[in-house]
Amino acid sequence: MSNRAIPDAATQLEIYRRMALIKANDERSRKVILSGRLVMPYYSPRGQEVIPSAISVNLTDYDYICTIYRGSHDQLAKGLPLKDLWAEVAGRTTGTCKGKGGPMHVTYPSKGIMVTTGIVGSTMPIANGLAWGSQLKGDGRVTVASFGDGASNIGAFHESLNLAAVWKLPVVFVCQNNEWGEHTTYDKTSNVPVADRAAAYGMPGERVDGNDPFAMFAAAKEAIDRARAGEGPTLIEAMTYRFFGHVFGDQDAYMDKARKAEAMANDPVPRFRAKLIETGVASEDQLAAMEASIEAEIDEAVEFALASPFPGVEELSRDVFAQENA
Amino acid sequence: MNAQTTAAPAKANILQGINAAIADAMEADETIIVLGEDVADPEEGGVCGVTKGLSSRFGDQRVRSTPISEQAIIGAAIGASLVGFKPIAEIMLMNFTTVAMDMIVNHAAKLRFMSGGQTNVPIVIRTMTGTGFGSGGQHCDYLEAWFAHTAGIKVVAPSSPADAYGLMRSAIDDPDPVLFIENLPTYWAPAEAPAKDHRVPIGKANVLTQGTDVTIVAYARMIQEALPAVAELAKEGISAELIDLRTIAPWDRETVVASVRKTGRAMIVHEAVTPFGAGAEIAAVLHHELFGALKAPVERLGGAFCPVPFSKPLETAFAPQTADIVAAARALIKN
Repeated sequence: MSNRAIPDAATQLEIYRRMALIKANDERSRKVILSGRLVMPYYSPRGQEVIPSAISVNLTDYDYICTIYRGSHDQLAKGLPLKDLWAEVAGRTTGTCKGKGGPMHVTYPSKGIMVTTGIVGSTMPIANGLAWGSQLKGDGRVTVASFGDGASNIGAFHESLNLAAVWKLPVVFVCQNNEWGEHTTYDKTSNVPVADRAAAYGMPGERVDGNDPFAMFAAAKEAIDRARAGEGPTLIEAMTYRFFGHVFGDQDAYMDKARKAEAMANDPVPRFRAKLIETGVASEDQLAAMEASIEAEIDEAVEFALASPFPGVEELSRDVFAQENA
Repeated sequence: MNAQTTAAPAKANILQGINAAIADAMEADETIIVLGEDVADPEEGGVCGVTKGLSSRFGDQRVRSTPISEQAIIGAAIGASLVGFKPIAEIMLMNFTTVAMDMIVNHAAKLRFMSGGQTNVPIVIRTMTGTGFGSGGQHCDYLEAWFAHTAGIKVVAPSSPADAYGLMRSAIDDPDPVLFIENLPTYWAPAEAPAKDHRVPIGKANVLTQGTDVTIVAYARMIQEALPAVAELAKEGISAELIDLRTIAPWDRETVVASVRKTGRAMIVHEAVTPFGAGAEIAAVLHHELFGALKAPVERLGGAFCPVPFSKPLETAFAPQTADIVAAARALIKN
């Protein structure tokens, strides 16, 4: 572990900025839904901020990601502009997908956000295809497939990891193990750590503390560098914890209260914030200013989204096929 | 057929028509890639050899045999199509599309719409099927209605080598996913060879025989059952117009409605089971468009509503035959 890559100060600050953005955006999303100003199915990524933030600083806009319905953290970390996100989740024409995809299908190719799926386990097969395209072109791009621990029990996981290993595809499989597959804990659904399964496909696998920005950064960097160098795929199991119920509105009575309290007391965002100040990477004032600017940006995005027009019904027959439906 | 041949021979079979179409397309466009179980030459170009010669000619990077992993096959095709490739994925048998339904229906068909037109999935999914070889309940179903019922994917089913070639070229050209259904038992029947670079437009039916008394709408192997029926009916003085639909979704409403407007009588013949089949949709549209002009209610002839049986007499009785078509036409005329 000692000779693993450590993010430099600027990178640490950037990881924190992305974490703070995800946290603030999540808090605002829940607040706006509660206010009644916006109705959407919402899957909170709160508690999982570190994973995409520490991964994405190792990626460029040209690299691809596929993510899932609980994916706003992955999208924001990859550079999705807030206005485009908010307008999409509000179902407006100014959204990434003209409001036709919604929170579970956010797509933004200019930042490499190629697919967001509402189907558990479906990022992996498509990520392979993106990576296959890069392999054929030799363009050096890397694809990251995000999914949860629940998805590791779906057939597509096995098919995809096997194919990626056999074809040596430039893809990184990131399992965000938040302990919960919907309402059921991972230990009730599998006897082995997700990472251990990598051995079955002949690819490197690592379980890493997904709430530790340094550990996550190092594991992601190694996997991404390996993929970029043509050395094939990696499976990372990033251990984290989902702070809230499966979907917004879910009362989460099934979640163990003590475990949840413990996880929330170890909230990775304030923990990393304190560390940055303690190690002199940033000052309190600097971070407070960064957070204030994020809040202002979210204010602007929310108002922009809610003031934007809804799509007209003519959109029902558009984008079904290249040629408009009669 | 020699894969290197550029001028098509005078006679060809459907299998050769498909092979030539893919080869000609790959020659013209290097973004076209092929994947599926056994598709490369070391694996003999597929169980029936439809893709034989392609990996030797275009390389093992552009033509790749895969594990037996249908979700991974379609997923890889979708992903590559999102970044500039035009993959042709083979799902060996149509019944095996069932294990890739999520990738086909939830993803391939929907990504263009769900992304607001930012992405699209120009893939061709080749799959073969059809009764006649005694393969029983899980190897020869016609499941086209499931896909035709999904917005965002096109469905074609050629019945001749020339149409197979022309529809394959059009499917490859198409910017959206196309399910290309091949009839296995008629792969090897020789017929007029396709002309190089010939295209059959998706959504365009082919009127095979002109008639005035009854319209028979069919596709795939049912054309082979309907052609002798048309001849038989002619002997009885019944003039039948046979339309090869060629594309099931989107089907050629204009041609079919115009024909039935003329004849006043129609039947739809397909190998898929009758209830909720493509025939139900076509019949509903005909009744709606031509209510009052019809001389008889539209008839549907389809497979029996049971899994495809193994035993030969049962398998033969399962799908519509020439005699069934003749009998149905007579009944329509009497009506």
